[in-house]
Amino acid sequence: MNALVEYLLRLGDTDVVLAERLGEWVGHGPILEEDIALTNVGLDLLGQGRMWLTYAGEVEGKGRSEDDLAFLRDQNAFHNVQLVELPNGDFAATMARQFYFDQAHLLLLNALTQSTDARVAEIAAKAVKEVAYHAERSADWVIRLGDGTEESHTRMQNALDRLWPYTGEMFSVDEIEVSLVTQGIAADARELRAPWLATLDAVCAEATLTRPASEWMQGTRRGGGKQGVHTEHLGHLLAEMQFLQRVYPGALW
Amino acid sequence: MKSEWPLWEIFIRSQHGLAHKHVGSLHAPDAEMAVKHARDVYTRRNEGVSIWVVKSADITASNPTEREAMFEPAASKIYRHPTFFPMPEEVKHL
Repeated sequence: MNALVEYLLRLGDTDVVLAERLGEWVGHGPILEEDIALTNVGLDLLGQGRMWLTYAGEVEGKGRSEDDLAFLRDQNAFHNVQLVELPNGDFAATMARQFYFDQAHLLLLNALTQSTDARVAEIAAKAVKEVAYHAERSADWVIRLGDGTEESHTRMQNALDRLWPYTGEMFSVDEIEVSLVTQGIAADARELRAPWLATLDAVCAEATLTRPASEWMQGTRRGGGKQGVHTEHLGHLLAEMQFLQRVYPGALW
Repeated sequence: MKSEWPLWEIFIRSQHGLAHKHVGSLHAPDAEMAVKHARDVYTRRNEGVSIWVVKSADITASNPTEREAMFEPAASKIYRHPTFFPMPEEVKHL
């Protein structure tokens, strides 16, 4: 597969899968206001995912639309990082996952606004404003739950610890990304980890939480989500997300 | 411990509006989160450019049972309205 197509799928699939996870909170949020807020973030990500997938289909040149890519690919053809496909868990786990992702996402999009590919730079410039808000919001929640009650502190610390091994993928690169970095199209994910850790340290300090430090990471050595290797959770998510188009091909809203 | 978040009154200034207008209320753990919730609940469709939040408990309201004493006296004082001044023809848009 063309390197750019694969890179665009990594960006787009990560957005779409996380949007689907956030959508699961609809009607289940801890409070009405948060229910709406989580969905807003999910819809922002869905919009961004659509732009990446549409562009991926165009570069691929086989006539596949955003919908074809989202609804008619099997899990091994999805290139999202594993972090975003993990189940929501409790509210702390959802916000911890969001916090890890948002901070990295913000750095990534900021770097991509400088891409030599005009379309990539354009999509990133549009998305980065939405994600700046996501990043602020999830950091706020980590601080409030960490520095909240004993119960909320314990839950948030557990969530940070449990999700930590899935963060490495956001900062690892393979040959595909390296070749695109050389051309100035992709951002060098390895360079984003230091500023990401700095943000985490600042937020965790304020939240009275301990930032996990283990160096062992899931899916960075022999391939992870970006290479199409997923946890057992993605298949179930896609089964629900793709059901309608699989059973009634071409069905329209 | 109280398990409910406090209630906040939300005021939004729209694109062309000069003043913040009351749009409704919501629950939030603190003022900062109230602004964020207000952003997510009340400005999803481009309704505003500025948000104020005020704790509902901090608002002192007039008492509905005192409505007559409070407001009826003003009803019979028509001379308080400036409608008795004849306006010169040249003055427009008043």
